[in-house]
Amino acid sequence: MHSNPEIVIDVKNLITHYGQRKILDDMDFSVRAGEIRVVMGGSGSGKSTLLWHILGLYQPTSGNVEVLGQNIHTISFNEQLALKQNIGVSFQSGALFSSMNVGENVALPLREFTNLDENTIRIISRMKLEVVNLGGFHKLMPSQLSGGMIKRAALARAIVMDPKLLFFDEPSAGLDPVVASEIDDLILSLRNTMGMSMVVVTHELDSAFKIADRITVLDQGKNLFTGTVDEIKACKIKRVNDLLERRSRHETVTSEEYLRRLTQENYTLS
Amino acid sequence: MSEIIRYEKQGDRCDIFVSGEIDLSNSGEVRKTVLGALNGASVVTVNLANVSYIDSSGIAALVEGLQLATSKNKEFTLNQPSKQVKSILELARLDQVFTIV
Repeated sequence: MHSNPEIVIDVKNLITHYGQRKILDDMDFSVRAGEIRVVMGGSGSGKSTLLWHILGLYQPTSGNVEVLGQNIHTISFNEQLALKQNIGVSFQSGALFSSMNVGENVALPLREFTNLDENTIRIISRMKLEVVNLGGFHKLMPSQLSGGMIKRAALARAIVMDPKLLFFDEPSAGLDPVVASEIDDLILSLRNTMGMSMVVVTHELDSAFKIADRITVLDQGKNLFTGTVDEIKACKIKRVNDLLERRSRHETVTSEEYLRRLTQENYTLS
Repeated sequence: MSEIIRYEKQGDRCDIFVSGEIDLSNSGEVRKTVLGALNGASVVTVNLANVSYIDSSGIAALVEGLQLATSKNKEFTLNQPSKQVKSILELARLDQVFTIV
């Protein structure tokens, strides 16, 4: 077990590669129990890769990942299965099963992992749909839902097992401001009522500032800065400011390096 | 009977007292007690003052109690829900469905 039970995610010195390219570069990242942590960073900064590694979907090159006090790379298959029942994931795309209606999608984890009575399963899954404001929509197929409804249905499925830890990838991307704000409120009330710890990947600054206890900014595979909303607003690091003020990256590249990039046969980014 | 649930029967009335943490490991017991009580008594109360945590399966057990009570025309109330129980009932807007005293 982890020495500090108040830490629900503890990533240390994580190094990962896709092929030869280094994606996460000595990453440290830790989340406290009951915390809403927002992860920001440009495309290719390593946000998704970090998420996949915390979920134990890939083997890192080196480093350590502990989730809810367990090292995800050394625990047994059964321990991993038990651990995953305490984790909910709401994917950016929703990832609903297109052959199942909304109610069946939401009920799926309960059918897979519990011995609850069918009547109880029906009540729990419909209750979760009520929570995400999709009450009465259980009979619809995913293809009949709007983008915002798919995200909310995916959230209902992610919280159906009352997880201790919830991962939320881009909750408000592509949603209208009212629905996006509703999802922010929902994230806050889930933490406040259920005590869930959450990691939310988002590009939406308004949303991040509203929900985050702390924000982590990733850049080129490193944890560039972690701090509260006030701390991040006062941060003097240029890349953090660029991200907050939506300035484009001013990448400096020497003429020699640029020529190598265009011409060298085996060129890869280091 | 377990430590988390006890009940007092008096004539046509049954008062159930639930305490501690209600989750997947024991919500079945709450469900059984509530449904069992409704098969005998015509007034059933569930006191939730000492519940420190209740998960969705626990809340569902209470909804099933209400479902059975309604179908049998019986009285079913939740008494003194703790702050945590109350906030979960409110999250799913179930405070509008239950009689809470």
